[in-house]
Amino acid sequence: MAAIVFLVETFLVAAGAGVLGSMLGLGGGVILVPVLTLVLGLDIQYAIGASIVSVIATSSGAAAAYLRDGVTNIRIGMVLETATTTGAITGAFVAAYIGGSALYLIFAVVLLYSAFVMFRRRDVELPVGVQMGRLAGMLGLGGSYYDVALSQQVRYNVRGVRYAMPLMFIAGAVSGLLGIGSGVLKVPAMDIAMKLPMKVSTATSNFMIGVTAAASAGVYFMRGYINPFVAAPVALGVLVGAAVGTRIMMRTRSTWIRRLFVLVLVVVAVQMLAKAVGLK
Amino acid sequence: MMANVRNGAPSAQEDRTVFSVELFISHLLRWGVILSLLIVGIGVLALIASGHTGYDQARLDDLGSLIRYHPGQADFPTTVPEVTKGLARGEPYAIISLGILVLIALPVVRVGVSILVFVVERDWVYVLITAFVLSMLLLSFFLGKAGE
Repeated sequence: MAAIVFLVETFLVAAGAGVLGSMLGLGGGVILVPVLTLVLGLDIQYAIGASIVSVIATSSGAAAAYLRDGVTNIRIGMVLETATTTGAITGAFVAAYIGGSALYLIFAVVLLYSAFVMFRRRDVELPVGVQMGRLAGMLGLGGSYYDVALSQQVRYNVRGVRYAMPLMFIAGAVSGLLGIGSGVLKVPAMDIAMKLPMKVSTATSNFMIGVTAAASAGVYFMRGYINPFVAAPVALGVLVGAAVGTRIMMRTRSTWIRRLFVLVLVVVAVQMLAKAVGLK
Repeated sequence: MMANVRNGAPSAQEDRTVFSVELFISHLLRWGVILSLLIVGIGVLALIASGHTGYDQARLDDLGSLIRYHPGQADFPTTVPEVTKGLARGEPYAIISLGILVLIALPVVRVGVSILVFVVERDWVYVLITAFVLSMLLLSFFLGKAGE
């Protein structure tokens, strides 16, 4: 009986993580890991395994919907993935040489700074007056999507690819180093450096996070971190949650999505600060 | 910036080629996700209906045996051959793991299929970009395996 209760509870938590993750371009580990370990008493290894399954489920589940609606910019995703995957490999290699707490501290500061910059843009519904960058033009990165909340077709230019690439490299490396989803870094990079519409940033981040996670997932599977008893309700819950979250996101104004994102950035920053000073 | 207002479904003529790529991959992900959902769902139903996981140490009447981590000893399949063997015996855990493996494979398949789509589109720059991503993915997978 306790087993069935655990399955149901995990399913519900995962559904919540799926809603939030699919709306914000994150994997949902922000919610999943603390709740599974602290509330449901799961060991951290299985929580990490569950988190990686959640990232992949959110990514594929949300991307299917966002691609159909044209919000995901597949070319931007592909170009930036060259940097995130390279960063992830580099991160895995240097992990042995870099101390933990200083890294958590730096990361927390970066997140708080991103939160500050994004908060200042809280009233920007759509980017205005963005000139097409030269590299972005060569790679054909511009695009358009139909915004349900605004009832209009939104066309947008892209710039700042040369700033976004190193940021994406770092995002990939950090996810390899700290084992956290890199969506919290990807979305600010696209919002701040590339001046993409907020919905394009979160949808494209969603598209990208599954790829980096899939590589680690294979390794975690073989290490025995992916426990079917936990992974099953997580996968089912996240996929249901993502189906709901994508619908909510399409109907929500970008200003609100950005504000919600800022809130999550602050929460993750606090989690990282706690780790930096040695709390759980 | 936010140019022409249209009603109804998105139909950006100038983006038609890109759009077909997106639609194609959207279908791929959708069916992959549904397949994974079905397999995991069947696994969970089998688990509840039979009351067995397929592993003696992981018992449904003892929650601790299902969620406690023991280093170096997993009471569930951790390799593809173990999944295959378990499937042959109809073990619920093996069915769930198969569904999870389908889910894990999906992003990699997505990148692989994108290469083919860009080849069909004769978009060589993106064939290169996507091929690079796929090779990095495979590299990181094998490095992770080697580093064990």
